[in-house]
Amino acid sequence: MKNKFLGIPYIIWMAIFVVVPMFLIVGYAFTTREGGFSTGNFSNMLSYAGVFGDSFLLAIIATLVCLLIGYPISYWMTREGPGVKRIALVVLMLPMWMNFLLRTYAWMSLLENTGILNELFSAIGLFKLINAVTGSNIDHFPMINTKGAVVLGMVYNYLPFMILPIYNVIDKIDARVIEAAQDLGANSANVFRRVIFPLSLPGVISGITMVFIPSVSTFAISKLLGGGKTLLLGDLIEMQFYGNSYNPYLGSAVSLVMMVIVLVCMAIMNRFGDGEETAVML
Amino acid sequence: MKRNGVFSRVCMILTLIFMYAPIFVLIVFSFNASKSRTVWTGFSLHWYADLFHDTRILGSVATTLEVSVLAMVISTVLGTLAAIGFFSMRRRSRAVVMAINNIPMTNADIITGVSLMMLFVFAFGAFNATLGKALGVTLKTGFGTLLLAHITFDVPYVILSVMPKLNQLDPHLYEAALDLGAQPSYAFRKVVLPELMPGILSGAMLAFTMSVDDFVISYFTAGSGASTLAMEIYAMTRKRISPEINALSTLVFVIVLVVLIVVNVHSVRQERARQKRDLAWKRADG
Amino acid sequence: MKKKVFALVLSLVMLCTTVLALTGCGSSGGDADKGVVNVYNWGEYIDEDLLDEFTAQTGITVHYATFSDNESLYSILSSGSADYDVIIPSDYMISRMIAEDMLEELDFDNIPNYENIDEAYRGLEFDPDNRYSVAYTWGTVGIIYNTTMLDYVPDSWSVLWDEGLSGQILMFDNSRDAIGIALKYLGYSQNTTDPAQITEAVDLLIQQKPLVQSYVMDQIFDKLEGGEAAVGPYYAGDAITMIDENPDLAFAVPKEGTNLFVDAMCIPKGASNKANAEAFINFMCQPEVMAQNLDYIGYYCPSSAARELLDDELKNSPIAYPDEALLANTDTFINLPQETLDLYDSEWVRLMTS
Repeated sequence: MKNKFLGIPYIIWMAIFVVVPMFLIVGYAFTTREGGFSTGNFSNMLSYAGVFGDSFLLAIIATLVCLLIGYPISYWMTREGPGVKRIALVVLMLPMWMNFLLRTYAWMSLLENTGILNELFSAIGLFKLINAVTGSNIDHFPMINTKGAVVLGMVYNYLPFMILPIYNVIDKIDARVIEAAQDLGANSANVFRRVIFPLSLPGVISGITMVFIPSVSTFAISKLLGGGKTLLLGDLIEMQFYGNSYNPYLGSAVSLVMMVIVLVCMAIMNRFGDGEETAVML
Repeated sequence: MKRNGVFSRVCMILTLIFMYAPIFVLIVFSFNASKSRTVWTGFSLHWYADLFHDTRILGSVATTLEVSVLAMVISTVLGTLAAIGFFSMRRRSRAVVMAINNIPMTNADIITGVSLMMLFVFAFGAFNATLGKALGVTLKTGFGTLLLAHITFDVPYVILSVMPKLNQLDPHLYEAALDLGAQPSYAFRKVVLPELMPGILSGAMLAFTMSVDDFVISYFTAGSGASTLAMEIYAMTRKRISPEINALSTLVFVIVLVVLIVVNVHSVRQERARQKRDLAWKRADG
Repeated sequence: MKKKVFALVLSLVMLCTTVLALTGCGSSGGDADKGVVNVYNWGEYIDEDLLDEFTAQTGITVHYATFSDNESLYSILSSGSADYDVIIPSDYMISRMIAEDMLEELDFDNIPNYENIDEAYRGLEFDPDNRYSVAYTWGTVGIIYNTTMLDYVPDSWSVLWDEGLSGQILMFDNSRDAIGIALKYLGYSQNTTDPAQITEAVDLLIQQKPLVQSYVMDQIFDKLEGGEAAVGPYYAGDAITMIDENPDLAFAVPKEGTNLFVDAMCIPKGASNKANAEAFINFMCQPEVMAQNLDYIGYYCPSSAARELLDDELKNSPIAYPDEALLANTDTFINLPQETLDLYDSEWVRLMTS
C-alpha cells in the first residue's frame, strides 16, 4: 500500500494555495503603492508599536487566564467517572457549534451599561450599597468597551481550546505510572508536581498555541466588545484590506511581522516542551 | 485516584455558568416579544416565524452547509490520499511536506484569509486579462473561491487525524492479504481502509466543524458572490442585529444537543454491550 | 508506472473541478433568465421591500449587501475581490473614484426616469459633466442626543467634549467624518489640506477619546435608541428613524457648521450586470418608489415630483428639510490629494492607538 504518488495532488494543492500566498504576502510587504522594491512599510512599523504591544499584552493575559482556569478544570475532569467525563466533554464542545460572533454579541447584552448584569446588580441593591459605603454615586459598572471586556471575550471564546488538549493528555496518562509513584512514597502533591504535570506539558503547549494565536490576531472581538477603542493587530490588518484605509502593502508587512514574532515565540516555547507533536484537540 | 471535592466541583460549575451565560441570554431573548436585547417584554414566537420567511438568513445557512459539506468530502478524500502518500515518503521529505501542511493550522486565520484573497485577486486578474479575454470567461470571487479556501484549511486536519492511524497500522496485514492472493486495491479496501476509518471519520468531522465555524477566512475569500451565516451575522453586528438570529441559534443549539446526546447514548450502549460480551467470554473460558 | 498515471489523473481531475467551480460562479451562478443585480449600499439606507418590488417588476434578482462607510467601500472595491453592480457612495468618494477610473459611465438612455431628478441635483461638483452618478439623497450631519440624559440643548460640537458626559458619548468610526467634526469645531474647513490643522484636529480627538464610550457607525441605532449612550453625531435621515423608535431623542445642527453630503448611485468599473444595474437605478428614480424609500429612510429627496408624494410628517420635518439659514455654514466634502489621504490614514491610526 505504500504509494508516495498519492501525495502528489495535495502537494500541488499546497504549492498553489499555501506556498504561493505566503510569497505574495512577502512580495506585497516589500512593495509600496508606487510599485518597486521598498522597505518603507517596515520603517513605518515603529509607529504601530502600540498596536503590537496592546495585542500581545491582551493575548498573553487571555492565554494566562485560560491556562489558570483551564488547567485545573481539565485535571478535575479527568478525575471524574466515565459518565461525568462524557457529559463534561459534550458540554464543553456544544458552544463551539454555535457561531462565535453570536456568543460574543450576547456578551454585549450582558456587559452593557444598561445591560443585563448591571440591571441585575441594580435590582439586588448593589450600587446603593456601594454608594452608601463609599459615598460614591454610581449606577452601573463600566464593563463594555474596555480592554477587560476584550480579554473576557478572548477567554470565553478560546477556553475550550485550552481545556481539550490538556484534558486529552492527562486522561491518557497511564494510571500505573501514578500508582508506581505513590508506591515509591510520593504524596499527592509530589505525584502531581513530579509526574502528572511534566507529562501534561505537551497538552499545555498545544493549548497555549491554540489560544494565543487566535487571540493575538482577532478583529471581531475587539470590535464588538472593545467599542473600537482598542485597535489590535487583527483590526489593523483588516483595516488595510477591507476597512478605513486601503493599503494592502502595509497590511502585508504587518501580517509578516506578526507571523514572524508568533513563529519565534512558538519555537522558543517548543524547546521547553521537547518539541512534542500537537496534541489532538477534539 | 481521588475523587473531586466540593471546591473543585463548585469551580467546574462556575466555569459551566460562564460558558453558558451568553447562550442562555440568546435563547431567552429569542422568545422576547420586542426586539430589545436586554429588556424582557413578553413571550412570543414571532421571531421563529420571521426566520422561516427570511430568505437572506436561510440562504446564508444553505451556503454554509453547502460549502461545509463539499469541503468536508473533498478534503477528506484529498487528505486521506495525501496522508498515505506522505507516509510512504522518506523521512526527510515527509518532514518537509508535513511542515508545509502545518502552515494553515499554525497561521492566524486572518493571514490565511488575506493571503488567499491576494492569490485569487492576483491569479484572476492575470487570467481575465489574457486567456479569459480570449475565451470570453471572467473569473470572479464567490462560492468557488470560498470552497477552495475551505478545502485548503480543512485538509491539514484530515491529515492530522489519519496520520496516527497509519503509524499504528501493522504493515504485515497488507502483505499477508497480498500473499493470500488479494489484488492490491482489494487488499487496500478490505484491510487497510477499515483500520484507517476511525481516523478518516474524525478527520471529516473536524473538517466539517472547522468549516461551519469559520468566519475570518470566509470573510476575506468569498468576495461579494457568496455569504455564509457567519458573514451575515458579522454584517448584522455592524448595525442592528435581528432577534431572528437568536431564534436560529436556539434551533442550532437544540439540534446539536440532540445529535450529541444520541451519538453518546449510542456509543455508551455499544460499550456496555461489548463489556457484557467480554464478560460472557470470560465466564465461558472460566 | 500505473501509480504515476493514477496520480496524474487525480491531479487533472482536481484541476478540472477547480476550474469548473470558478467559472461556475463567474457566470454569476446561472440565476434565472433575467439575471441578477448586486447592490451595495450603506446599512439602513433603503426600504428593503422595494427590492422585492423591483424583482416583481423586472424579473431581475437582487443580491443586496451593505457597507459601513465610504472608506470601506473604497477598500473593498480596490481589493478587487468584490463584484458589485450598483454602489451608493458619497460626493467626495465619487470624485475620488472618477479620478481613479473606478466607475462606469452611465447610459442614460436606459434611465429614462432620470428626468424626475431636479436640475439642482444634476452635474454637481463631484460629477460636473453628469456622466457617472444619479443623486440618491442628501442630508446633513448633526448631533443626536437623548433629552432625558442631557440637561441642555447642544448647539455646538463642544457637547462631544463635555466631561460631564464621560462614557456617554459616541463618535464616528471613520476618519473623514470624525476628523471633519474636529476641524469644524476648531473653525477650519473640512477640506483643509494643511497638515498642521489636521494634526491639531486629531489631537483634539485624542483628548476626546477618554470620554468616548465607543466608536460606531450603524451600531449607533442600537445604542441611542436603547438609552445606552446620551449623545453622538450621525446623519440627519437616520436621526429621524431613531426618533421614531425612541421619542426621547432629538437632533441638533451645531452653530459651528457641519457637513452636507450628497449620496448618489453609481456603477463600478467592470460590473458584470451593467444593464441590470441601470434598470435598478431607473427603478429607484420612479417618483412613487423614491417617495416610499425616503419615507422609510428619512433623508432629503432630490426629486420634486417625489417630494409631492411624501408623508406630511417627513415633508415638514426640519431635520430632513432644514431651512436655508442652517445650511449657510455647511461644507461639502471634496476629494483630497493623495498625501492628505495618507496623512488621514496615519493620523487615524494614531488616534486609534493612543
